[in-house]
Amino acid sequence: MSAVIHEAHDDGHHDGPPAGFKRWLYSTNHKDIGTMYLIFALVMLFLGGAMAMLIRVELFMPGLQIVEPDFYNNLVTDHALIMVFGLVMPAAAGMANWMIPMMIGAPDMALPRMNNMSFWLLPAAAILLVSSMAVQFIPGTGVPVNTGWTLYPPLSVQTGLGMDLLIFSVHLLGISSIMASINIVTTILNMRAPGMPLMKMPLFVWAWLFTGLLLIIIMPVLAGGVTMLLFDRHFGTSFFDAAGGGDPVLFQHLFWFFGHPEVYVLLLPSIGVLGLVIPTFSRKPLFGYKPLVFFMGFLFALGLVVWAHHQYTIGMSLGATTYFMIGTILISIPVGLMIFNFIFTMWRGSMTFETPMLFAIAIILMFSFAGVTGVMLAVVPADLQYHDTYFVVAHFHYALIPGAVFGLYAGVFYWLPKWTGHMYNETHGKIFFWWTTLSFNLTFFPQHFSGLAGMPRRIVDYNIQYIEFNQISSIGGILFGLSHLLFLYIIIKTVKGGEKATDKPWEGAQIGTPGLEWTLPSPPPFHSFTTPPQIK
Amino acid sequence: MSNNPQQSSQQQNAKTVRLMLLIVIGMFGFGFAMVPLYDLLCSVTGLNGSTTGRIQDVSQLTGRVDYNRVITVEFDATNNADLPWEFRPTIKKLDVHPGEIKEVSYFVKNNASHAIVAQAIPGITPWQATSHFNKTECFCFIQQKLEPGEGKEMALRFVIDPDLPKEYKTITLSYTFMDTDRSKLKQNGEMPKLQTSVTGNLPNNNI
Repeated sequence: MSAVIHEAHDDGHHDGPPAGFKRWLYSTNHKDIGTMYLIFALVMLFLGGAMAMLIRVELFMPGLQIVEPDFYNNLVTDHALIMVFGLVMPAAAGMANWMIPMMIGAPDMALPRMNNMSFWLLPAAAILLVSSMAVQFIPGTGVPVNTGWTLYPPLSVQTGLGMDLLIFSVHLLGISSIMASINIVTTILNMRAPGMPLMKMPLFVWAWLFTGLLLIIIMPVLAGGVTMLLFDRHFGTSFFDAAGGGDPVLFQHLFWFFGHPEVYVLLLPSIGVLGLVIPTFSRKPLFGYKPLVFFMGFLFALGLVVWAHHQYTIGMSLGATTYFMIGTILISIPVGLMIFNFIFTMWRGSMTFETPMLFAIAIILMFSFAGVTGVMLAVVPADLQYHDTYFVVAHFHYALIPGAVFGLYAGVFYWLPKWTGHMYNETHGKIFFWWTTLSFNLTFFPQHFSGLAGMPRRIVDYNIQYIEFNQISSIGGILFGLSHLLFLYIIIKTVKGGEKATDKPWEGAQIGTPGLEWTLPSPPPFHSFTTPPQIK
Repeated sequence: MSNNPQQSSQQQNAKTVRLMLLIVIGMFGFGFAMVPLYDLLCSVTGLNGSTTGRIQDVSQLTGRVDYNRVITVEFDATNNADLPWEFRPTIKKLDVHPGEIKEVSYFVKNNASHAIVAQAIPGITPWQATSHFNKTECFCFIQQKLEPGEGKEMALRFVIDPDLPKEYKTITLSYTFMDTDRSKLKQNGEMPKLQTSVTGNLPNNNI
């Protein structure tokens, strides 16, 4: 796919990667860009995780201990943005970059140079995001970004310089993920090897096709919304200012038109990983492959039209709330059916429990739990009580940590042998699994109770009646954070060395899918599938 | 695939990319199209209590006063952010019959040392009553300018549509005065420090 035109016999020097920093800075190789995406996500995981641990330390006791209220709210804001835009989306994009060309037998991504740009926008965006948090320490820059990741006006119009940096950061992140999505969708649609029709693609590829399309639809709307915010702040417009005839609720609609489908952007790649991991370790083909694809499509469509369930308390009409309630509850049908498909895949399989499989089973259990609290939150009269409490915090962490992050961990352990050519230490992997899963539950399970008892979210202080729940949560949170040091250790150790991985390190990896990635050596050569493979 | 596979696949890619860029531009436009559409939706349905600009021919309402019903109208007044105005209704509530024209007044005074132009933004609760609450004259129709220390009474004349559904017995009308000079928002000001806390007796709160 290289745009460089060279004589046929003169391509010897293209076999290996170029030396030095140019290999990474100018990279158009899908594997190298995938690696950079994954490393970037790992850095962001530790940055966002450190913020979360600071939040949990502050909440260990009521009152103000270590951070000031505005800084606390800034932490809450940036923790969310970093985890969503810095960790989950880049990690999923990194896996897509690495795996999709190999799975569908393409030599590289469809648009390798755009691929390079969409990655290198991310560090720039991250620098802006971090400086949006840092400028508050310079006098005269105003109030820190204390709005929460939803950036609701009028507060977001009144905060200081940090908000402008944040808005530009969101612009860059949006451009980056739109370009990555266009690239991935184009690759999937146009670059498949002969003999790989859409309905034979591995589920991960399907998941990313829907994710990419979703991002292309929703990201521009968020970009438009934050642009209006910028105009309201500096150019005297009144999109969201009631004094000038605008309406702050309009921003909520624009934000959640992006924000709700964003949940599926985070979830779907992990569902795709499950669709490969579970058949592999059950040694059975995926149960109901076609229905699973249709359920993902249903989720894609339904996810776009239920956004206002985040806004039940703004005073919508009865008709509108009823519509959004029914639409939201309907979502549990395709998601529930996906879960059943995965369970039926395991049914009577000869299962083994390597780390990726342990994560997959844990996801099914814990994500279903988030589904149950999700249905509770969808019900309007109940939601009016739960709104903006820790119950919501518990719900979306149960949805996003198992649903998105653990899915990515499963993917990391599943593909690490393929990426590095080394097996990871299975004992270490299992310790990491149990440590992280138990401490995750210890952190977030008590938050259901404090939320139901009325503890509001995004507030630095709390009533003394919530002390016990918060102390359990904080201890769990610290343990959960620390468990990732082991994760880092496992990754570094596997990259450096270890037992040599075979081309197909998992016995059941090719059951039921063409699985072209397993026909390549581990690690795969720098350029793979330069001639389209034959699919049997 | 044609005899030049690379060429044809690149054309195919360019076509797909063009299509998707079109979606991106379209959705960016959709975000901005939401602004007028949302406004239109709110004024058609009366959501958000946006009544400004809805003055009907009231003669058809006043011709059929319903003396059997009494609606309590409550008046509420607030200042947005730090607008240094004194702003209150002269009466807190008023019982009216649907179809009756009533006039009430609000008092407003500028306590700042400079002239301020402000706009009153109305809101009606419950919102379902919005389309039945007709103002024939209101200080909210125009921006109000007050010199330093100037105070005045402002008139509001309204009539409630007799078609207001039976279940609504109380309507709250609230106004918020907002400074039209938005550059004065506390963009660069310090937020007040939070001093109170439920455990204020903890020693050495590090703040």
